[in-house]
Amino acid sequence: MEKDIIIDLKDISVSFDGEPVLNNINLYIRDNEFITLLGPSGCGKTTTLRIIGGFLKPDTGRVIFEGKDITDLPPNKRQLNTVFQNYALFPHLTIAENIAFGLKIKKKSKEYIKDKIKYALKLVNLEGFENRMPQSLSGGQQQRIAIARAIVNEPKVLLLDEPLGALDLKMRQSMQYELIRLKNELGITFVYITHDQEEALTMSDTIVVMNKGNIQQIGTPEDIYNEPKNAFVADFIGESNIIDGIMLEDKLVEILGAKFPCVDTGFGRNKPVDVVIRPEDVDLVEPEKGTIKGVVTSLLFKGVHYEMDVLANGYEWLVHSTDMVPVGREVGIFVDPYNIQIMHKPISEDEEASSDEE
Amino acid sequence: MKSSRLRRLVAAPYLVWIVGFTILPLITIIYYAFTERGTNSFTFKNILAIRDPIHFNALVLSLWVAFLSTLICLLLAYPLSYILSKLKNGRGRFVVFLFVLPMWMNHILRTLALQNLLSNTGVINGILEFLRLPTLNIMNTPTAIIIGMVYTYLPFMILPIYNSIAKIDDGVIDAAYDLGASGFTVFRRLILPLSLPGIISGITMVFVPSISEFVIADMLGGSKTLLIGNVIEQEFTVGSNWNLGSGLSVVLMVFIVASMVIMQRYDGDGEGAALW
Ligand SMILES: Nc1ncnc2c1ncn2[C@@H]1O[C@H](COP(=O)(O)OP(=O)(O)O)[C@@H](O)[C@H]1O
Ligand SMILES: [Mg+2]
Repeated sequence: MEKDIIIDLKDISVSFDGEPVLNNINLYIRDNEFITLLGPSGCGKTTTLRIIGGFLKPDTGRVIFEGKDITDLPPNKRQLNTVFQNYALFPHLTIAENIAFGLKIKKKSKEYIKDKIKYALKLVNLEGFENRMPQSLSGGQQQRIAIARAIVNEPKVLLLDEPLGALDLKMRQSMQYELIRLKNELGITFVYITHDQEEALTMSDTIVVMNKGNIQQIGTPEDIYNEPKNAFVADFIGESNIIDGIMLEDKLVEILGAKFPCVDTGFGRNKPVDVVIRPEDVDLVEPEKGTIKGVVTSLLFKGVHYEMDVLANGYEWLVHSTDMVPVGREVGIFVDPYNIQIMHKPISEDEEASSDEE
Repeated sequence: MKSSRLRRLVAAPYLVWIVGFTILPLITIIYYAFTERGTNSFTFKNILAIRDPIHFNALVLSLWVAFLSTLICLLLAYPLSYILSKLKNGRGRFVVFLFVLPMWMNHILRTLALQNLLSNTGVINGILEFLRLPTLNIMNTPTAIIIGMVYTYLPFMILPIYNSIAKIDDGVIDAAYDLGASGFTVFRRLILPLSLPGIISGITMVFVPSISEFVIADMLGGSKTLLIGNVIEQEFTVGSNWNLGSGLSVVLMVFIVASMVIMQRYDGDGEGAALW
């Protein structure tokens, strides 16, 4: 085990009313890391965060913080703070009193608290808001106060549950930038939750993709995007062509009746697999030069690129390209062997959700 | 033009109601309060009659009984509401409903039942006797009146307090624990201040009707214990002295209005006002 691991979740399982919500979660979080839990709504992200924060005791498994078992420690004894999904500001207290709440409990001096409030409000760009009431602030402002209220306590880890979920796109983008700046300034660990894959890719050092209470993949944004471990991750992270295929032999896969050379080995012979090809990795060429032939059925201009649908061998391929091909034109489809991702097929629905298929 | 006429038309029944059943009776009472019996000449005599020791003692006793009843209701209702608000799946709301249920029974019938329970030869003493325990002798004492008041008005305390506690967002409480608060701090700095509007409206809803209550005092307090409500009632019925009755009513009204004004001060959301 590495030395810089600050939080270690070991074999965590939780069920509510007999329904499993987390299945055997194993995850370690490094000191000073920006780690993001990413997955569709209801996959267990908040539940995982509540276990780290101490609001929920797992049915089985341990939570290790800096080498010490804190599974049974209540939230008020843990050295971490949470920014809640719905802000959870104290409605009867002013902004200054909200921010001072944790510091007063720690019996800090009046001057210390006053300085901290000033510092925190400056950090979140809301100077002069001391005497306002929470209800009089916009969603984005309340969100920033919730962050200020947490960070004045100088936690070693900040837990953030979809902090930008309720904001509009423009606000969200500027807050993403603000959060990264804040993290660099504070030099602490961020455990961040989102269901927005773009947000996860932009902000994180490490992404944990979850589905149905299972971890699907852990990796850097590049890893997750370029080498998704299964069809779920590929589908969830950006758009993809996910096609049934048969691995004929090492480095050769049959898709839609045509043979595509690839780089994957070790799948055996004539094994059914999932083949994932990113839309930007599909090259449209002259009909004779492609591996298979197709016809462009739709064309959309997306600003940076064109988005096209190409019907070939009964499958509608999604294609992103900077070159425009008009609707109705016959084209050939070619994919560089390096850009073809081969994945094991899940044996059952359950297996699809399971993380360790290899 | 047309819409304003329509509005006036729609408002008319309410106007008739307010004038006929609130304003006119009030004016009548004030008229009687400030006039001499028989001669109808202006006088302060009926108001100043409160200085008569019988009246004054009844007023003080009424305030004291109302105060104690309110306090006991509060001490019973707050922990109960707090526990009920923590129950899941609407179970708390169901128990609150059970507490409110007797309110739909006739007031006199309820008090009669209580009389049966408490009287010297009543159910409670019967059980105590059977168990060879000393029997109670509380019938016709202020204690019996207070028991009756608490029994009658407890739902009025539970309902607003339960509502205000149940309304507190769980996330806010989690946030306090997250910031290091102990259970006691969470109660003192969050739950108590956030449920204050419910407490205020509960106090108002119990204290105000308790001061002028006379049915309970009549049936459980006997003829010895006079509350100001009984005195006023007797002036109107037995004594046939409407002027004196009205005068004492006006004095009582001053106390009621004053207590409501004091309560409104603390009630930021105006929740108590909405219930009245
Ligand atoms: N207190 C609870 N009681 C019962 N079920 C719950 C509770 N909290 C969460 N769940 C269920 O657990 C699952 C995961 O929830 P959650 O962790 O909040 O998902 P996410 O944050 O990823 O959207 C959901 O199906 C949700 O309905
Ligand atoms: Mg959630």
